[in-house]
Amino acid sequence: MANKRLYLYPVWIRLWHAINALTFLALLLTGISLHFSSAEHSLIPFQVSVGIHNVCAIILSINFVVFVIGNVITKNGMYYMKWRKNLWPKLWKQFLFYAIGIFKGEPHPFPITKKQKFNPLQKVSYVFAMYLGMPLLIISGIALMFPEKISNSIFKISGLLFYDTLHIIVGFVLSIFLLIHLYTCTLGDKPGTLFKSMINGYHEEHE
Amino acid sequence: MKNPTKLFSILLLAIASTLIAQPDDTLKLKPSYFEVNDYVEDNEGCFKCHGEVKYLLTDVENDRSATKRMAPCKIVDRDKYYTSVHKSFSCTDCHSYDFMTFPHTMDLRFEENFLCMDCHGYDETYAQYHFEEIEKEFSESIHNIADFTCWSCHDPHSYKAFMRNADDLEEAILYDNNMCLRCHADYDRFSQKTEREEIMVVESHDWLPNQAAHFASVRCIECHTEINDSILIAHKILPKTEAVQRCTECHSKDTRLLHTLYKFQSLEERKGGFVNSIMLNNSYVIGANQNVWLNRLSLLVFGLTLLVIVFHSYLRIKKQKKS
Repeated sequence: MANKRLYLYPVWIRLWHAINALTFLALLLTGISLHFSSAEHSLIPFQVSVGIHNVCAIILSINFVVFVIGNVITKNGMYYMKWRKNLWPKLWKQFLFYAIGIFKGEPHPFPITKKQKFNPLQKVSYVFAMYLGMPLLIISGIALMFPEKISNSIFKISGLLFYDTLHIIVGFVLSIFLLIHLYTCTLGDKPGTLFKSMINGYHEEHE
Repeated sequence: MKNPTKLFSILLLAIASTLIAQPDDTLKLKPSYFEVNDYVEDNEGCFKCHGEVKYLLTDVENDRSATKRMAPCKIVDRDKYYTSVHKSFSCTDCHSYDFMTFPHTMDLRFEENFLCMDCHGYDETYAQYHFEEIEKEFSESIHNIADFTCWSCHDPHSYKAFMRNADDLEEAILYDNNMCLRCHADYDRFSQKTEREEIMVVESHDWLPNQAAHFASVRCIECHTEINDSILIAHKILPKTEAVQRCTECHSKDTRLLHTLYKFQSLEERKGGFVNSIMLNNSYVIGANQNVWLNRLSLLVFGLTLLVIVFHSYLRIKKQKKS
């Protein structure tokens, strides 16, 4: 039984997270299928991919707005603030823990508390993913959804090429974020502990 | 200023000279016509009626005259004619010299027009355009119906070889698609050729995502013809049931657009690592324009991330076993 139990993930966060995860996965799979589409073989049929990609993109975008509004009107927003304070020493400390300390059984340098849900590495990556990556992904996605509305030429290249390349690069970076995010979520007391937190809302650990 | 009147006169002269130098757009016979055609004045004998929306009908016997409306299909736009592929022609190169007399006789009105093949077919001069192959394709096309000739799509008085010299592909696509839409979006014209029910172009393409973008970026014939690598523009129009509907025909690395729209421009190199880069000048086709370098870089980053994760996991498992 865990001797530290904190209620960190209210229902709206868990719902937002579940929708975000599912739609992002669907977007990732259909996006890869579209990018590497072939006349002979496709991961998912092209038209099916387009349909799923469009619907999930709309849901993800609305969900993102919910996330931003939620962070403004609830206390959850504070976890994403002051991320630049003492940034590099904190990041280094956290990095050393993941690289070396974790194997020596050292305690977490930034233990999770009610006021500090994320460690510095998590905080920076979440801020960049949610407040830079997602808006860029959504804006470029909207541009691709309405290609007739976008400028023919941006920075002397085709507008479509610009937005599509941006969309693909940001999508790829966020998919790498997802991979690392999934792995770091196995770094709880047990590999499944942190995943459980996102279902029941409680962060649990042995002190 | 010693002599303001003199200065004013010079100024006035300068302004007047610029006015004189201005090309007059209202001129019926523009200097540019004379640059491309030696028979402009002779042709005016026809254009004075057929280049106007109205003409003067004179009855010499009864000494009366009336202004009549020229049938729209009989009007030839001078600007379009003198910039068309036949811009250097005299009207009587193709039409009977008897047309120079007015009113035209009934016999003349039934004059059979020349067709493309009458001048261009089986002639070494035009061998590179493969008119014979085009004729063969047309004969197998669904357009091969009564009263349907080359002229039904290619008006000899205004036709431009846009695709062959396509500097502005977007304009060429618009020009080409308008050729189809002239009948397929105008039921009056369409019903002159066929008894078929009206084709609702927009509604029948409802299945196509981003319809407007597709219509502006590709020609109708990209999907509605059979690929033929020996001619620039395929002419075998397929029945609608055989039209391309599979997205990946275009949206893939081996896109059919390189065999159709970009066929003769695809002496291609991979600019900036993009596959099918020739298409990037005008468009970006998802699936067809992948960047080789980005693909490789993403594979490398993905592989390295996975490697780090696997190594980290291995160390964790090893540590757990020890403890």
